[in-house]
Amino acid sequence: MNSSLRILLRSLLGALLVLALPLRAEELRLAVASNFTAAFQQLAPRFEQATGHRLKPSFGSTGKLYAQIRQGAPFEILLAADDQHGKLLIESGLGVPGSEFIYAVGRLVLWSAQPELVGGSHEILASERFRRLAIANPLTAPYGAAAIQTLEHLELYDSVRDKLVQGENIAQALQFTYSGNAELGFIAWAQLKALPAKQQGSFWLVPEDLHEPIRQEAILLRQGEDSQAARAFLDFLQSPQTRALLKEWGYDTPEAEPR
Amino acid sequence: MGLTEADWQAVWLTLRLATLTTLILLVLATPLAWWLAHTRSRLRHPIAAIVALPLVLPPTVLGFYLLLLMGPNGPVGELTQWLGIGTLAFTFTGLVIASVLYSLPFAVQPLQNAFESIGQRPFEVAATLRAGPWDRFLSIALPLARPGLLTACVLTFAHTIGEFGVILMIGGNIPGETKVLSIAIYDHVETLEYGRANLLAAGMLVFSFLVLLGLHLSNRRVRLYRL
Repeated sequence: MNSSLRILLRSLLGALLVLALPLRAEELRLAVASNFTAAFQQLAPRFEQATGHRLKPSFGSTGKLYAQIRQGAPFEILLAADDQHGKLLIESGLGVPGSEFIYAVGRLVLWSAQPELVGGSHEILASERFRRLAIANPLTAPYGAAAIQTLEHLELYDSVRDKLVQGENIAQALQFTYSGNAELGFIAWAQLKALPAKQQGSFWLVPEDLHEPIRQEAILLRQGEDSQAARAFLDFLQSPQTRALLKEWGYDTPEAEPR
Repeated sequence: MGLTEADWQAVWLTLRLATLTTLILLVLATPLAWWLAHTRSRLRHPIAAIVALPLVLPPTVLGFYLLLLMGPNGPVGELTQWLGIGTLAFTFTGLVIASVLYSLPFAVQPLQNAFESIGQRPFEVAATLRAGPWDRFLSIALPLARPGLLTACVLTFAHTIGEFGVILMIGGNIPGETKVLSIAIYDHVETLEYGRANLLAAGMLVFSFLVLLGLHLSNRRVRLYRL
């Protein structure tokens, strides 16, 4: 008698705990720009543990994700690598007006897996000491576009043009350089920082005045308009804790913008 | 709206890749298929399985290993660097090598089927007429295997034209060097240039249909080989 009462009490307590969790644990589908992959994978478990919601990210170049959303891809949130595509989505009625905000400002870095090759400057680009320079496809990937702007600014575009190889997105540009098939690559600072220290090779952090700022915008999509989880994630993304982490991982975070 | 210069470049590059791959595979696949059709060696089973691998492997597997093998620290990469030609990823030569591997079963299998269907009898007869092995191969095997030869060529050519995943992984999207038709279409779709994508894609569709139709018509009276 005594023990069965205890079991009853315990199960009641258990039921209460379950009810105390968010009313409904939702599944949230996000389109995430490739450069943010490592950061997202660090952030996701923190969010999931705190809220009980599940995150299902799809990674790709911003342009590709944009094209998919235009064709009805089932995403609730877009984390873009620029501040253009979100606006286009709002204009076409697929994004929620006023939901957009800059969650991170990316930095471009010229990187080589070889420890000695890039001596902290862009001089290597004018030399003959490399055969291939990997970038992300500038038509779809904002980091690729920033790489082209940087080369043009340095007046090196014409001389390195024949050495350019394009990754489908910035993750592939990283992979081309990481595997050594391209000696040099323009990648995201955050991608480089996510690598183990021994594999970080040599790099040159591109000064921000050499390209348009890489202002990465988050936007709530129409399909996520009524989602508690989506709102919770967007709040989480601009919380002081998240911003501090992003800074540590290689992103600048803009001054708090009122939403 | 017609094709732009860049699109024509992709068409031309694709045709060059497919032609070269077909020619190389004819030379490599014919003796291999002949050997597979006639040997009693135990090795023929594992080798036949290896030849068929590209049929079942996702292109990413092939692309991944090629990238590692051809990279500066891979065995092939070290060899090519030692030879002074640098590494092969992101080059036309690299694509040709990948395509030869990727289309190998499409060349070997129809040829092997053709050789097997000839049987031993014609060769035994020829041997009694004192035809040497070369003579028998050239004057009996090749003519009798003609439909198989044609099937192998057409399938290899068409399959190379339709190659995508491997090239996406090792090509680097260089215009005139590695940006083939399928990649050009992908680029157009991703940048929402549906008109240009449609032009190329519809062209591919019509081309592929005509190739397969032609193949079936030409093989109609002889025998249809397993594709």
